Amino acid sequence: MSTIEERVKKIVCEQLGVKEEEVSNESSFVEDLGADSLDTVELVMALEEEFETEIPDEEAEKITTVQEAIDYVVAHQ
Amino acid sequence: MQQESAALAGKVALVTGASRGIGRAIALRLGAAGATVVGTATSQSGADAISAVLAEHGVQGTGLCLDVTDAASVDAVMKTVTEQFGAPLVLVNNAGITKDNILMRMKDDEWGSVIDTNLTSIYRMSKACMRAMTKARFGRIINISSVVGSMGNAGQSNYAAAKAGLEGFTRSLARELGSRNITVNAVAPGFIDTDMTSGLPEEHRQNLLNQVPLGRLGQPEEIAGVVAFLAGAEGGYITGETLQVNGGMYMG
Repeated sequence: MSTIEERVKKIVCEQLGVKEEEVSNESSFVEDLGADSLDTVELVMALEEEFETEIPDEEAEKITTVQEAIDYVVAHQ
Repeated sequence: MQQESAALAGKVALVTGASRGIGRAIALRLGAAGATVVGTATSQSGADAISAVLAEHGVQGTGLCLDVTDAASVDAVMKTVTEQFGAPLVLVNNAGITKDNILMRMKDDEWGSVIDTNLTSIYRMSKACMRAMTKARFGRIINISSVVGSMGNAGQSNYAAAKAGLEGFTRSLARELGSRNITVNAVAPGFIDTDMTSGLPEEHRQNLLNQVPLGRLGQPEEIAGVVAFLAGAEGGYITGETLQVNGGMYMG
């Protein structure tokens, strides 16, 4: 069973087309991983699907780094 | 016909305002191209009529009741369509109304209802369909405009504003979604032979015809054919465009 952190990072890699070693917890989707605004929306969609949750837009906007995504998922398990 | 019937095979097309006129022709034409078609109307009887017409022409799909000005109604229809047929990857925003009046006499509700039904509805419908299109890395959004959006028309400031707005929306959304292989275009009909134009007084009708180099009204099928072209693979490199289909009445 993968941890939440592993699952989040796997989705980030798939959605943004980056390698696992490029992704750290501090990575910013836009600044470090080259995401554009549409990528970040799709990333949130993928997280919603993986963790079977709905992330409201105003919450989604605050998720800008890998750690913030992990924290959100942990807080809403 | 073999090739044509495969063009949109396996795709779900959602056409608003499909009970008559141009919308009805578009629904049938996309069906002939192999799409599963969901056509919407504002009343249940209109929706039933669409179901009957689709069945009569051997098109898979159904009619549904939808009020494009009501977000809850849009949500409900999207849910039904997705569950029953799958997410629509072809969206034709065709539903529209007119409330003509010279601006000096125009009431707030004549202005508001035309903007809401003809313009804000496109925002609602496109937003509702975009996620699935993004995921599928394929989408076709086709907005039905009017020559009036480019030319203007006395007595139609509300309608012209909505249609010109629709065209600007089309260009912006085309830029937003291009990277996901979603095209967004508008088709701007001129003077087409439908219920919307048949009520015009004969003198006014003749005046309009005098402005059309081809000297006749357009047929709904001539709009539907252009929509099918944009929806199919052959139209795949066109985005952000407004195609004028008006017999030469207006040449941009």
